[in-house]
Amino acid sequence: MRKKVIFKGIALPWLLLLPQLLITGVFFFWPAGQAIYGSFLREDAFGLSRQFVGLENFTEVLADPNYLASGWTTVIFSTSVAFLALAAALYLAVQADKAIRGANAYKTMLIWPYAVAPAIAAVLWLFMFHPQIGLFGRMLNGLGVPWDYKLNGDQALLLVILAAAWKQVSYNFIFFMAGLQSIPKSVLEAAAIDGARPMRRFWTIIFPLLAPTSFFLLVVNIVYAFFDTFGTIHALTGGGPGQATTTLIYKVYVDGVQNLNFGSSAAQSVILMVIVILLTAVQFRFIERKVHY
Amino acid sequence: MFRRTLMAGAVALAGLIGPVAQGQAQAQDRTEIQFWHGLSQPLGGLLERLVAGFNDSQTQYRIVPTFRGSYPETMVAAIAAFRAGQAPHLVQMFEVGTGTMINAGRAIIPTHELLSQTGVNINFDDFLPGVRGYYAAADGRQMAMPFNSSTAIVYYNKDAFRRANLNADQFPTTWEGVGQALQALKASGHACPMSTAWPTWLHLEQFSAIHNIPLATQGNGFGGANAELRVNNPLVLRHLTNLVNWQKEGLFRWGGRDNAGEALFPNGECAIMLTSSGFRARVQREARFDWGVAMLPTYEGTQPANAIIGGASLWVMNRGPNTQRSAAELRGIAEFFAYTARPEVAGKWHMDTGYLPITRSGFESARATGFYNQPANIGADVPIEQMLRGASSENTRGIRLGGFVEIRVIMQEEMERALQGQQTPEQALTNMTTRGNAVLRNFERANRGG
Repeated sequence: MRKKVIFKGIALPWLLLLPQLLITGVFFFWPAGQAIYGSFLREDAFGLSRQFVGLENFTEVLADPNYLASGWTTVIFSTSVAFLALAAALYLAVQADKAIRGANAYKTMLIWPYAVAPAIAAVLWLFMFHPQIGLFGRMLNGLGVPWDYKLNGDQALLLVILAAAWKQVSYNFIFFMAGLQSIPKSVLEAAAIDGARPMRRFWTIIFPLLAPTSFFLLVVNIVYAFFDTFGTIHALTGGGPGQATTTLIYKVYVDGVQNLNFGSSAAQSVILMVIVILLTAVQFRFIERKVHY
Repeated sequence: MFRRTLMAGAVALAGLIGPVAQGQAQAQDRTEIQFWHGLSQPLGGLLERLVAGFNDSQTQYRIVPTFRGSYPETMVAAIAAFRAGQAPHLVQMFEVGTGTMINAGRAIIPTHELLSQTGVNINFDDFLPGVRGYYAAADGRQMAMPFNSSTAIVYYNKDAFRRANLNADQFPTTWEGVGQALQALKASGHACPMSTAWPTWLHLEQFSAIHNIPLATQGNGFGGANAELRVNNPLVLRHLTNLVNWQKEGLFRWGGRDNAGEALFPNGECAIMLTSSGFRARVQREARFDWGVAMLPTYEGTQPANAIIGGASLWVMNRGPNTQRSAAELRGIAEFFAYTARPEVAGKWHMDTGYLPITRSGFESARATGFYNQPANIGADVPIEQMLRGASSENTRGIRLGGFVEIRVIMQEEMERALQGQQTPEQALTNMTTRGNAVLRNFERANRGG
């Protein structure tokens, strides 16, 4: 039983669609088409000479051990960021949802970091964990932990994961809060009367009912970790030391903007595009089945 | 790729605003010349003062300086603007971009062509050879106008030297001597005996020049785009091995890429700092201890040759792939170049900023004011002497490699991996060579069409 609204002419629906189509065309299809076209070319920085090289950019990128290593870094980075950001946000949302004094103040504080620009967030973390001038960096060194993310690749990766996850917690928090508020209180109360403890109530009632929200957030967080963490990495480590924090998106930037290697950068963008399309398709196909709306 | 399109869009937007600004300029009947630079404050302000001096000295041209971010950002912005047909007349390009610019074909107007077309005369014999040569073609014709040049020197904490019972008035001239000094400094309780900024510029590029060994074939790339890296040699290996060992023993600390390490010197944390001569002003302002400067050390048994420069030069660009500059614009640029080479202008720029005096007459003009005899400026001529010492050869002219921005990052990454203990110094040098050569071959191929 679906109500259908039918427009009389063809002009009005097109007119209403037009702004969205224009924006998608100009800001998505045009650049994406350019990227695909550019990935078959090899040209100098100034665009004075170009050469069609077929799939050579792709074969070269895929044969590069540094590219494969950065793919592996991306896997670790993205899963850690998504997991940490989701887990922390869920925990905080459940806590803030309880009847506590000053809940609104907590909520505001927790949403705050979302308004911080990625580069500024990175600088905040830099000031905390810089081995020489950072508060925690100095403390760690003082306690005998050899903390130096500028030279230790694992520590550098840990730092960018924490900074990137922290940035995303607020966003997840808002959605989890909204999800929690839509869970009927009567169900929880009934369970409580039946003698279910808080932990049991969480895992058997709240968590399953939050599944649609969690699934949506999982997709969003993976996409965030893949594409939007560029500013954080750039400001914190610049992809180093070695290439310990160079993720795929960061490598696209380095090769395209810094090294002016457009063909290779375009090929990497296309590969990245394919990965994210696949990832999202897989998520919708397999995980969505287990989600009950 | 997405970014590039966005950038092109931004430039196109800027193009819409541009004509308005031009309209205002025509009302005042001066030829306007856009000048993009990459100097943040306070240096950017000094540059703008120099430009204002030129604008006030005549009535036909007006140079409009615009700060475009760091050197690499300025380079990328200028290239993107050229592709969109909106390039500035003049762009300040750091020395690493020289190889890319020289091969830029009709995107640039070489300085020698500019001068012969406009009939403006600049005496390039007056320029320091190490400065002029860095920006000249293999046949000696000037490609870019030298502007702000620096070189690398040693800063050391004299108080720390005295505490370690070292001669505070004489910094060791050899790396062997430095090694002993590091031990003494550590024994006296100094937690960080030595650190460095610009790791690859100091420990590979300058190191190769002053030891008179090639960094790459074809005279460090001056001879042609088919150069190959030669960093994998016994002397560089010895030095990198020393750095790795010193770091393990707590004698050397990695301060980070680019100039991140510099902060460790003025606060007294590290006793020795190797970095740009342009660091002087900051040390003067911030250091609360007795300090000195010295020339870069060499290994025993080698004859020190002259150091090379860093910093930036000025390049003339065409507006876009299919548009030329007018005669009036070219004339204005040439007049501006001649202005910057005047002894009093060059001398003042050197004294205000701490950059090298790039002309002999500028050096003389600074000396005539008694600048080097003032107590605050003792040692300010060390960088100049270091530029002029020893015999110059094709190893000490500079470095002219395409894609050098990328190669420098590769070298830093491999150094970091060696210092982390992930690979031996030998492997680091092998990887640098393999990865760097791949960049060189790509550049050669992409620029063959010209």
